[in-house]
Amino acid sequence: MGKKESKMHEKNLALVEGAFKKYYFDHFDQIHVPPRTSEREFGYQKFNLGMKRHLAIKNDQDLHLLLMTQIPSDVYCSNGYYSFPNLPMAEKDWKEADLIFDLDAKDLNLPCRKDHTCIKCNNCQNTSIYQTTCPNCASTKIEIKSVTCQNCISGLKKEVKKLLTILKEDLGINNEDIQVFFSGNEGFHVHVVNSQYQTLTRERTELIDYIMFKGAIPESFGFTKQNFSKTSFPEPDEKGWGGRVSKAIFNSKAKRTKAIQQILQGGYSVFNSRLEKLQNTIGIKIDPNVTADIHRIFRLGGSINSKSGLSKILCKDFVDDFDPYLEACFIDDEETQVLANCPVQFKLKNKKYGPYTNEKISVPKYAAIYMICKGLADAS
Amino acid sequence: MIDLGKEDLAKYPFLAEAGEYIRDRGFNLEEFGHSDFKPVLEKAYNRIQVATTGKIYNSDLHLDNLDSEILSFVISIIMLKSVGISSLTRRFSLAEARRAERYLQQDINRSKDSSRVELAFKILRDVFSIDVNIIHDDFVISVSDYVHRAIHFHEKEWKLVNRRVENGLVYLNSHETVRLIRRELDNYINSKIQSVSIPSVPKAFDEYVSILRSLAKKFTSTFEISTEYPPCIKHAIEVLDKGENLSHSGRFMLATFLLTKGKNIEQIVPLFKNAPDYNEKVTRYQLEHLAGKTGAGKKYSCPSCDKIRSEDLCFEIPECNNIINPLQFGKKRIKNA
Repeated sequence: MGKKESKMHEKNLALVEGAFKKYYFDHFDQIHVPPRTSEREFGYQKFNLGMKRHLAIKNDQDLHLLLMTQIPSDVYCSNGYYSFPNLPMAEKDWKEADLIFDLDAKDLNLPCRKDHTCIKCNNCQNTSIYQTTCPNCASTKIEIKSVTCQNCISGLKKEVKKLLTILKEDLGINNEDIQVFFSGNEGFHVHVVNSQYQTLTRERTELIDYIMFKGAIPESFGFTKQNFSKTSFPEPDEKGWGGRVSKAIFNSKAKRTKAIQQILQGGYSVFNSRLEKLQNTIGIKIDPNVTADIHRIFRLGGSINSKSGLSKILCKDFVDDFDPYLEACFIDDEETQVLANCPVQFKLKNKKYGPYTNEKISVPKYAAIYMICKGLADAS
Repeated sequence: MIDLGKEDLAKYPFLAEAGEYIRDRGFNLEEFGHSDFKPVLEKAYNRIQVATTGKIYNSDLHLDNLDSEILSFVISIIMLKSVGISSLTRRFSLAEARRAERYLQQDINRSKDSSRVELAFKILRDVFSIDVNIIHDDFVISVSDYVHRAIHFHEKEWKLVNRRVENGLVYLNSHETVRLIRRELDNYINSKIQSVSIPSVPKAFDEYVSILRSLAKKFTSTFEISTEYPPCIKHAIEVLDKGENLSHSGRFMLATFLLTKGKNIEQIVPLFKNAPDYNEKVTRYQLEHLAGKTGAGKKYSCPSCDKIRSEDLCFEIPECNNIINPLQFGKKRIKNA
């Protein structure tokens, strides 16, 4: 959603739509309407067309019919519950909304990023390894394309785990009310239903700042301008941010006294900026705009993400060995010919592909679709 | 079920039970005009007068005085209705809210007297829908109840990240627990006053009503609202004009806007006269600070439309024409090349 993607050519469109239709036809079992369906707003996009939203869907059959007749590129469902979900926004009568979180690999900004990112020039369509201008025509109108990376996925998993700890231990959310999804591209979505936070509106910004560890002041973590007593600093076994800050600053008991001395010598403003910096290490890197939005239509679980051809799927038990590039890849492996311009290597279903420079190749359909969705190959 | 004693009603006269008590005792409006009630009228007047000074009325909770304490609150309301100046009513409701806050804090702190604590919790639950519980020596409320209220506070210490949060609960001390609801208490008392209707008032009230009217003049300002002001600024001025409480961010927006528009502090101070917590010295100091005349000399600028929108202070009209700061309102925009 959001950024305008370049239009898909006819041959690509036929191939991708065909693959999407087959996926939907073969996998009705894993694409369902969420609970309290009649109170939700649905929306979808078709390739090369705009967003259609404010739709009401009654049940799984209605949803499956829509998928088969429209073959959408992307399908969305609201986190909000309304009396009249199909009316314009102002008349919907908002009742409450699930808490949602989006964790995206690009927000982690890991050092590996440059190795699995390439650019496509909007001016001359040339693709190349990551740089800020097009090496072919020097244009700065470039799109950044990122491909699969296990390191980013591990980083995201750590982040999701940290988020789950806060949701459960700090915010008191029950485990059974939390669902973790792979987003279908390079992120994870966390959905929370039935919590005490359902009816919060703009107060959600306070939860966001809490989760991201934004706005913490020295006074709350034991440092007062007047009182220099070291006992007031939090202990590592404390719950909540107190304990986490303590662990981050005094990583061992032996070093604690020395660390406290340093803090006191450094003074208030030094400690303040230290807390600010901790945001980057112990704060959770969620997308604040997503969580703050109580009227969002969010990618529907089980649907395909048109940025990649992979599906948004539920990670049932959020385990370390979950591999989205294996488990979320449902398009079949029929040999498919494409003209590939993919300057970086990617890995799907445990097999490596690329890099390709203007090469006519034959690859399994899921890899072909992946590259076409990324704009790094054309059907031939 | 908790029985409210007379002392409780004197402490919290805005509760429905206090009204019932007065009805059961058979008091009526005509009776208050009788000379026997002169001391109570005097007390009622005093209650309002103290509120206008920004102080909190001190109740005398001796057993003999309890009836007159309860009655004086009701009579204050009758007087305020007769005066009919909303800025005076708002000052009274804020002062009474702060007074009740003081008693609530005392009551929830009496760990040895569980019925006191129960009563305070009952008020918080029945009137403000907050469930307060005690874990060891701390008061705890749900995170959602907390953020719902704390979001109106400007100070960083109220941010959730600066609180002890465990298992969906926020840990607070007694002062913080009660402070959290001041705004609602103020609105509750004010709405009680608004809902009362009085047919005619005994002659004995006239004297007090006229003194209060002249007292209230001190707070009414006549600030000319320029038609060139954007709707957010007009709205803020109207809120203050009605004697309602404008949030900290609202006051910041208004002051920085007017300062940048070239108004001087002398011209701006009277605008805030109506605010229920008005104190001229403080207002002047704060304005000087915003104008960069004190402190580090930093001149504060008017917040952006985005910021104003996020604080619920935006009242956009088509004439706003997609400006990004209220200061641009009415200026012809140059098209981007």
